[in-house]
Amino acid sequence: MSRLEKILGSGLVFPLLLLIAWDLSIRHGLLDTRIWASPEAVVATAREQFRDGSLLTALGASLRRDVLGLLGGGFVGLVLGAGLGTIRLLDDLLSPLLNGLKHIALFTWIPLMSIWLGNDEPAKIAFIGLAVFLPVMLNTYQGVRSVDARYLEVARILKLTRLQTLRRVILPSAAPSIATGLRLALIYAWLATIGAEYLFAVAPGIGSAIMEGREQFRMELVLLGMGVIGGVGFLFNTIANRMQAYVLRWQDTN
Amino acid sequence: MTELGTLDIRHINKRFQVAGDAFAAIDDLSLTVEPGEFLSLLGPSGCGKSTLLRLISGLDSDYGGEILLGSKRISGTSLARGLIFQEHRLFPWLTVEENIALALENSQLSVEEKRASIAGHISLVGLNGFEKAFPRQLSGGMAQRAAIARGLVNRPALLLLDEPFGALDALTRAHMQEELQHIWQAEGITMVLVTHDVDEALYLGDRVVVMAPRPGRIRKTVDVDLPRPRDRTDVAFSRLKAEVLLSLGETG
Ligand SMILES: Nc1ncnc2c1ncn2[C@@H]1O[C@H](COP(=O)(O)OP(=O)(O)OP(=O)(O)O)[C@@H](O)[C@H]1O
Ligand SMILES: [Mg+2]
Repeated sequence: MSRLEKILGSGLVFPLLLLIAWDLSIRHGLLDTRIWASPEAVVATAREQFRDGSLLTALGASLRRDVLGLLGGGFVGLVLGAGLGTIRLLDDLLSPLLNGLKHIALFTWIPLMSIWLGNDEPAKIAFIGLAVFLPVMLNTYQGVRSVDARYLEVARILKLTRLQTLRRVILPSAAPSIATGLRLALIYAWLATIGAEYLFAVAPGIGSAIMEGREQFRMELVLLGMGVIGGVGFLFNTIANRMQAYVLRWQDTN
Repeated sequence: MTELGTLDIRHINKRFQVAGDAFAAIDDLSLTVEPGEFLSLLGPSGCGKSTLLRLISGLDSDYGGEILLGSKRISGTSLARGLIFQEHRLFPWLTVEENIALALENSQLSVEEKRASIAGHISLVGLNGFEKAFPRQLSGGMAQRAAIARGLVNRPALLLLDEPFGALDALTRAHMQEELQHIWQAEGITMVLVTHDVDEALYLGDRVVVMAPRPGRIRKTVDVDLPRPRDRTDVAFSRLKAEVLLSLGETG
């Protein structure tokens, strides 16, 4: 590959061009500055918000919700998915209901959540947990159910107990599917975090910062918030890629 | 190792439903194997060899007749009855070492003894240097050897081997045969070996059982009364080989 091709292929060229076009348009008065902030203004706001600590406070509050929701929803999803996938009675009892639940759009739950849990942190975290729960549960169930019967025969020959079989055979065999569920959960959780900040009571958070920017007509704050949200999502995805490649290193293709 | 007594297979039948019809994979088969005996099982593809091993292993209990071990009817699998599958069936998410270690998960050995035994079996099958390799990184023959190590490591009293050397080159194969014979002689394990190789069956077996297909049954049993280690170029060996080949070639 030539040097030029490498640079063009890096995926940075087009965003850079956009940035330049944006900057030039502002400078030459092509964009209305009442609804468009300049790149400089965004950078200046970022610096100011960083210095007075409000950016990190907001980000910290959002990440805390995100992580708590992920842990809670992920744990319940994993346990329930594995349980439904291995215990026949549980499967017959609960699967129809749980499969029905996935047709209720996530944001439909908001009124119920606020009636039950109020408008503050518990409701937000529960909402994020719900967003995480379904993809984790469904993919874990799928993975656990499709374990190769020939491997289960080996487990029987080796006289593994039920728990050993689950831990050493069923769950590893389901790991690629579970990983898919967790990857989705990561995306959904961040989405739900921002959504929760928009729709429940106001409290520090990166989504709230955007809403604040809108109310005060501070475009640079809105753009900064969006940039941070995108950056965090990108970072999450990169970390998840690395972890997945390591955990699933036994697979043929990774 | 616990002594299990005689393996007594009495008038067993095994049917499969194939496209709605009952298909007899094994029909009225009887066979006894004495403790410490080495039995070779030969027969054309599809005559029910793997099916028979599955029944003895306890993986499949849906059959007619009975299989007794030391006059007790077998039920379920047991660590005393090992099975090396026709395909290696290593767990792809475990390394060679971990795959073999899993066979010792419920053994009484101490951690130190386990480690020594695993290392010993890895070198027995010539996989030194591949302890940390995943199955996808092994050749077919290497994977098969790892599976042999997994089957041997917990020293079952009865070991069922389903074409364990099928994917090996001639030299490795001869070497593995020696090692297997050595373990058999040293430990008094009862072995039932399925193979397509007449030489192998005669080289290792006290008896060679030749099966016939459709329905699966025993056509002929040949006693191999030759001193060990056997000489494949020996006249008596060749005579037995001709006899086995003849019965394999018969139809009906
Ligand atoms: N699960 C099954 N369902 C239906 N038929 C089966 C099943 N397993 C085996 N059979 C049939 O039973 C017969 C015996 O199969 P088996 O695998 O025991 O043969 P084999 O002697 O081991 O052959 P090979 O030497 O090719 O391994 C075959 O005709 C096969 O089609
Ligand atoms: Mg077979």
